[in-house]
Amino acid sequence: MSNKYTEDDLREELKTKEYEYGFYTDIASDTFPIGLNEDIVKAISKKKEEPQWMTDWRLEAFKSWREMSEPEWANVHYKKPDFQAISYYSAPNSKPKYDSLDEVDPELLATFAKLGISIDEQKKLANVAMDVVIDSVSVATTFKKTLGEKGIIFMSISEAIKEHPELVKKYLGTVVPQKDNFYAALNSAVFSDGSFCYIPKGVKCPMELSTYFRINQAGTGQFERTLVIADEGSYVSYLEGCTAPSRDENQLHAAVVELIALDDAEIKYSTVQNWYPGNAEGKGGVYNFVTKRGLCEKNAKISWTQVETGSAVTWKYPSCVLKGDNSVGEFYSIAVTNNFQQADTGTKMIHLGKNTKSTIISKGISAGKSQNSYRGLVKISPNADNARNFSQCDSLLMGNECGAHTFPYIEAKNKTAKIEHEATTSKIGEDQIFYCNQRGIDTEKAIALIVNGFSKEVLNKLPMEFAVEAQKLLEISLEGSVG
Amino acid sequence: MDLKEKLLSSYLVFEDRVDIDSYVHNLRNDAIKIFEEKGFPTKKEEAWKYTSLNKILKEDYSVFPKQENTIEYSDVKKYFIHDIDSFKIVFIDGKYSSHLSQTTHDGMDICLMSSALSKPKYRLVIENYFNKAATQDSLPSLNTAFSSEGAYIHIPKNKLVEKPIQIIYFSTGNESANMLQPRNLIVVDENSHVQIIERHQSLNSNPVLTNSVTEIFTNKRAIVDYYKIQNDSLNASLIDNTFIQQKQESVASVHTFSFGGKLVRNNLNFYQNGERIDSTLKGVTIIGNNQHVDHNTLVHHIEPNCESHQDYKGIFDENSTGVFNGKIIVEKEAQKTNAFQANNNILISDKATINTKPQLEIFADDVKCSHGCTIGQLDESALFYMQSRGIPKKEAKALLMYAFSNNVLNSVKIPEMKQRITKIIANKLGVNIGFDL
Repeated sequence: MSNKYTEDDLREELKTKEYEYGFYTDIASDTFPIGLNEDIVKAISKKKEEPQWMTDWRLEAFKSWREMSEPEWANVHYKKPDFQAISYYSAPNSKPKYDSLDEVDPELLATFAKLGISIDEQKKLANVAMDVVIDSVSVATTFKKTLGEKGIIFMSISEAIKEHPELVKKYLGTVVPQKDNFYAALNSAVFSDGSFCYIPKGVKCPMELSTYFRINQAGTGQFERTLVIADEGSYVSYLEGCTAPSRDENQLHAAVVELIALDDAEIKYSTVQNWYPGNAEGKGGVYNFVTKRGLCEKNAKISWTQVETGSAVTWKYPSCVLKGDNSVGEFYSIAVTNNFQQADTGTKMIHLGKNTKSTIISKGISAGKSQNSYRGLVKISPNADNARNFSQCDSLLMGNECGAHTFPYIEAKNKTAKIEHEATTSKIGEDQIFYCNQRGIDTEKAIALIVNGFSKEVLNKLPMEFAVEAQKLLEISLEGSVG
Repeated sequence: MDLKEKLLSSYLVFEDRVDIDSYVHNLRNDAIKIFEEKGFPTKKEEAWKYTSLNKILKEDYSVFPKQENTIEYSDVKKYFIHDIDSFKIVFIDGKYSSHLSQTTHDGMDICLMSSALSKPKYRLVIENYFNKAATQDSLPSLNTAFSSEGAYIHIPKNKLVEKPIQIIYFSTGNESANMLQPRNLIVVDENSHVQIIERHQSLNSNPVLTNSVTEIFTNKRAIVDYYKIQNDSLNASLIDNTFIQQKQESVASVHTFSFGGKLVRNNLNFYQNGERIDSTLKGVTIIGNNQHVDHNTLVHHIEPNCESHQDYKGIFDENSTGVFNGKIIVEKEAQKTNAFQANNNILISDKATINTKPQLEIFADDVKCSHGCTIGQLDESALFYMQSRGIPKKEAKALLMYAFSNNVLNSVKIPEMKQRITKIIANKLGVNIGFDL
């Protein structure tokens, strides 16, 4: 595919890519003064033309947030953001930064080339509801029509608050309550936008829903709120994020994602996160503090898949509350840290219903001077008869200046529970590299090959077209980490 | 008055009784300040997340026993591994009992902490080793502040101690509630080998709280086998703090058998200060009836080419709670480390709880570290197989549980000790069969 790739393709691609960065002109809007107080929360709500109940909801969250303190238990060290030095409402990067291609960071261009994402290719991935600027109108309308026919609601959350208040009111904050944790409370008070998705009873969503598909809503900024509801017997696969590097200026990102899978429903949520990780000296970079949680009713299934390569500091635990009997929770994760990145990520599987099952596969790869931690909780409540959990956390260390850590918590209160946990830490064997070298594969390629094999179990869980990009992303993230 | 205040005011009384000009007394003064500042640990601390001391701290413990108590050997014979010859250091309510003990100064010192602290000839060892391994956490500090009695064992170079050493702390329960704070120091010099058995036993049902600190130093190529038998009455609580500093090529193993007690907390810490060190931590826990056993282990790999092996098995019945928190730290310099950890648990009852947290913190790349953790039940088909061959269900279950813990028993190096543990297990499981079929 790369041989067909011409300079024109690249240029065109970059133009469109800008949209995903949030370099979007139309919604250039006024920026609020920095700082956070009740008035700002009210102003955000007003700006969004929200009904009174939503304003009250935000204020309640703000009230709890003020009484909370920032969590310190995670195995990450960073300078705490000053919450009064942030502007809580601004269209991020509201002006295009560059006038011509020559101004764009060549490093970035090179990365695009390596990722090999061309417009053509994207178009070919017809089943992905991906919004592309040049033909956004047509593509978007086609998809919207298809989704509409099925009764699927897919829109920005601010639209949903206005158009489907009954659904939002019923489900918002039910899985991640306003005062769940410090960042969730902050998000609840000031969230700027996000996506809302509702799949009606018995409907199988015909395409992978992607967060790119957000008409007239460029980058939703720092405080994103996602709510996905799969009604009885429905199915949806949801993609979030982007493999292309995002040079967002916002230091702090505190998103909340809530998934609700009603009886017999299934939600598959895949994330590729590649925020700016800071430079090789560890300067700058995004703090990514995300709360993601899903609720499973009877026979429901939620599957989280994540590829985390970006951000200077990651604090993220996509969780499943297995409330209904026979429900299933899955978590597949690859976390790659390089240079001075720090990641503390994992999952929580809360088994409440009978015959509930959960699987955790976590692969951590640390290189450079980075620190990579897996932190997970498997909890079997007294009523969760025949609960089953399998967890596997493998860490791969590259170089002797990085660290890999595992903090698995297991709490069982039921005698019929079956729980297995295993973790290993190792490095890439010299014999493996030698074997590859011997067959004419250079060391860098060999490492990519081995890392790929190491991550295969998780990569396989990604939607096909995403997997290809994620694989390349792994290679790029680890570039130069082998000395 | 709560226990903390009581202990702080008791410290003033305690100072009147001990030699306040000694080297150790400065350490005591510092330690009581640390305890005053930190207080008893609460569930808010990560290391105590699953274990609350509140219940046991409520009792009105007497910090110093008021009277001297004696007991007859025939009454307590069963608590000794009596079918082998051994050195014995026995304490009754914290006071040394000379008629039950058998100590020695012949080529090595197997004697009392009180004499080691007061006699000048031990001064050098005390200054070099005392409180050098223990951490500054609140409970070890509390023990340091009140340290006056315990076992003192110093094995000089190239000495193979032929008999095991038994350290037993009896609590007579003649007072309504007792708090004991024994302090043991064990120094094993180059190429020496010693086996030690430690036991805490209360003789009636009055509550006892023991906050024990044991420091063990294994110098070059020394070998130490340490066994802890925890089969106390259901009103006795034990907080055991053990710190092991290992030098190069030394081999140390600690086996902990927890069957009794109301609340047992084992803080077991290994520090590897040298290359080619081998550390083993193993344990069997079989409890029921409201009991709570918490194993909190740390293996700190500081230098290259070392190994550590951990294997903890737990069987939890009735409304018992088991906690396992195993931490392995591999420092950047500790390349070629092999660290293994396994924690297997069986829940027998619906009311039993197990909380486990195997934790790895690894900073070196050329290492092999793994941990495994399981929670499950007895294999139904195995039970059926045995029943179909005429083994009653109860015995079949007991056999399976015995087999489950056998890995740990296998590495016990004193045969009589192994037999004793086997008997205790049979007793605990309510069956009357010999397992060594």
